[in-house]
Amino acid sequence: MTTQPHTSTAGPPGDISQMSYAGPVVAFENVYKIYGKGESEVRALDGVSLEINAGDFVAVMGPSGSGKSTCMNILGCLDVPTSGRHLFKGVNVSDLDRDQRALLRRHFLGFVFQGFNLLARTTALENLELPLIYRRIDKKTRREMAMEALRVVGLTGREHHTPAELSGGQQQRVAIARAIVTRPSLLLADEPTGNLDSARSHEIMELLTKFNREQGLTVILVTHEEDIAAFANRRIDFRDGKIQRQTDTRKVG
Amino acid sequence: MFTNTLLMCLREIRRNLLRSGLTVLGIIIGVAAVIVIVTLGAGTTKQVQEEIGKMGSNMLVLSPGGERRMGGAATTSAPFDLADLTAIRREVNALSGATPVNMRPMQVVIGNENRRVNIMGTDNDFSTVRNWKVTEGRLFMPSELKSGKAVCIIGETIKKDMFAGQSPLGATLRIAKVTCNVIGVLEAKGQAMFGGDQDEIIAVPIGMFQRRLSGKPNVDSIYISANSEGEIAEAKAEVEKLMKERRNTGEDGQVDFNVRDMKEVSNMVQSTTGVLTGFLSAIAAVSLLVGGIGIMNIMLVSVTERTREIGIRMAIGATEREVLLQFLVEAAMLSAFGGLAGITLGLLGAAALAPVLNVPFTLQFSTVFTAFAFSAMVGVVFGFMPARRAARLDPIEALRHE
Ligand SMILES: Nc1ncnc2c1ncn2[C@@H]1O[C@H](COP(=O)(O)OP(=O)(O)OP(=O)(O)O)[C@@H](O)[C@H]1O
Ligand SMILES: [Mg+2]
Repeated sequence: MTTQPHTSTAGPPGDISQMSYAGPVVAFENVYKIYGKGESEVRALDGVSLEINAGDFVAVMGPSGSGKSTCMNILGCLDVPTSGRHLFKGVNVSDLDRDQRALLRRHFLGFVFQGFNLLARTTALENLELPLIYRRIDKKTRREMAMEALRVVGLTGREHHTPAELSGGQQQRVAIARAIVTRPSLLLADEPTGNLDSARSHEIMELLTKFNREQGLTVILVTHEEDIAAFANRRIDFRDGKIQRQTDTRKVG
Repeated sequence: MFTNTLLMCLREIRRNLLRSGLTVLGIIIGVAAVIVIVTLGAGTTKQVQEEIGKMGSNMLVLSPGGERRMGGAATTSAPFDLADLTAIRREVNALSGATPVNMRPMQVVIGNENRRVNIMGTDNDFSTVRNWKVTEGRLFMPSELKSGKAVCIIGETIKKDMFAGQSPLGATLRIAKVTCNVIGVLEAKGQAMFGGDQDEIIAVPIGMFQRRLSGKPNVDSIYISANSEGEIAEAKAEVEKLMKERRNTGEDGQVDFNVRDMKEVSNMVQSTTGVLTGFLSAIAAVSLLVGGIGIMNIMLVSVTERTREIGIRMAIGATEREVLLQFLVEAAMLSAFGGLAGITLGLLGAAALAPVLNVPFTLQFSTVFTAFAFSAMVGVVFGFMPARRAARLDPIEALRHE
C-alpha cells in the first residue's frame, strides 16, 4: 500500500502508539481460559505461553475444540484470560477495560473471519471506510485509503458492490482489505479460507503472504489445512488447550 | 464522527423505510393530534379575545343568580324588572348606558318560511352598550318603546335567508302569534364564539317582549357599559351596591345576582378551553408514549437483527459509547422524522378543520418547535434501553450470532 502513514487522533491507553517497542508484538504468559465450574469445567486454554514477533506469519493448527479460536479471541483483545498475562506490545491487556481494548483493536488490530463478516447491504467501499471512520480519518483521505486497499486486493471496479453481489472469494478479499486498510500491527484470521474452494483459498493466502513480505505485517491465522499452513513461516499446534508443538517452517532462501 | 453517525443512521432508516414508517406512526399521530389541538385551541382563544374586543371591553352584564356560571339566567333567583333598569340608569354614575336584554328562541314565520330565531327584547341603548349599529332603517321610536308596539329590527342572516336579499323594511313577519313590522336591519356581527350565528336574531321593544311574547314583566339581564375601561370596577361596585339594596339582601345575606365584566367572561372561556386543551393534550401525550414504546420495541428488534453488525463494529474498534450513540441517534432521528411528519399532518389537519369549526387558523412556531423537540426526546428516552443493550453486547457472541 502506498498511502501515507496517518497519525491517529485518539491514541490508545498509555499512548503506546508513540512508543517504539522492541519486544514481541504479543506474548502469552501462562494463559488459562476456563469455562464453567467444577465438574463441567472446560479448560479452553490450559497454561499457554507464546511469543509472536513482528513480521511473523503464524499458522495455528489443531483439532476441533483444541482452543484455537479461544486463543485468537484473546489475541484479538475481544476476550481476556481467566488467569495469566496477555501482553500486547508490552502492555498487559488484562488490566484494560472494555473501551480501552476497543481502542487497542481500532489502532493495532485487523480481523478476518471465516464468515467474512462484512456489513450486509453495504458497499465494499463503505465496508472499508468503517474502520477509518472509527479512526476519525477525514472523508477525502478515507476514500483514497479505501480505494487503494481495494486496488491492492484486486477489486478495483467493485467498490459499489454489496456483499450479496460479490463471490465468496471477493467478499473475503474485501474483508482482508478492511483489515489492512488501517495498517494494523497484527492481523488475526480465524479460518479465513474455511468457506472457500482451494483456488480461492490460495488467492487469499497469496494476498496475506504479500502483505507479510512487503509490509512486514504480522499475521496469525487458524487453519485445518496443511497446504494453507504451508504459506506461514511458523506453526503452532494446539491440543486440549495446550501448545503441543511449535515449528519454524521458514523456507530457506 | 457525529456526521458519520448521522449519515449511518439515515441510511439505516432508509433501508427499512416501511418499517420505520410504521414504527413512527404512533409519534406521527400523537404529534399531529397535539398540533391540531393546540393550534385550534389558540385560534379559539384568539377569536374569543377578538369578539370580546368587538363587544366593547367596558361592558358589564347583570344577571340573576349568585352562582358564577356562564350562560342562561338562573331561574331560581328573582328576575329583574324595568324599575331596576331605571334605578341603575339614575343611580350609577360610572355608566354610559344600560339596556335590558331578554333573549328567547321563538318560532318566526315570514311568508311560508318558518324557523326558530333568537328574539331579543331590549331598548335603543343596546345599540350603544353592545356596540351594534342599525345599517338599514332605524332604531325604535320612543312611542314604540312606550306602547310596546309590534315592530322589530332583524339581523343580517334573517334578511339574507328570509328576504332573499331584498329590503325587508316595511315587511311583516310573525313572532309566535304576533305580527310585527320590520323597521330596521342590524349590522352583521358574524359567528359567535363556539359557533352560533349572532346575526340570526330579531330585536323587539322590551315592552312588547314582556307583554305580548313572554307575558311577564321580567327583565332577564341588564347590559351596562362603563364610561371607560378604568371605570369598570367602579361601575361594577355601584351596580352591586344598588342591587343589594333593591333586592333586600343584608350584609350576611346571599347575593342572588351577579355582575360580570367581559374580562371575567374572557378568562372563563380561556380557562374552559384551557381545560379542554389540557385534557386532549393528555390523550396526545398517551399516544406519544405509545409511539415511544413502539420505537423502543422496533429498536430492540433492530438490535437483535443487527447483532452481528454490532459485533463487527466492536471488533473493528467501536467503543461502547459509540455503539450506544449510534442506536440512540437512530431512535431519535426516527422519532424526529415522525415528529416532522406529525407536525405537517397536524398543521394540514388544523387548517382543514379550522373553517369547519369556525375557528381561525393560527400558526404558532413555539408549538411546532416544542412538538419537534418533544418527539426527538421521546426517541432518546425510549431508544436508550435498546441502545444500551446493543452497547453491552459481548463482541465474541455478537460475531457468532446468526
Ligand atoms: N463461551 C464458551 N462457553 C463455554 N465453553 C466454551 C466457550 N467457548 C469455547 N468453549 C469451549 O472451549 C473449547 C475450545 O473452543 P474453541 O472454540 O477455542 O475451539 P477451536 O479450536 O476453535 O475449535 P474449531 O476448530 O472447531 O473451531 C471447546 O471445548 C469449547 O466447547
Ligand atoms: Mg474455532
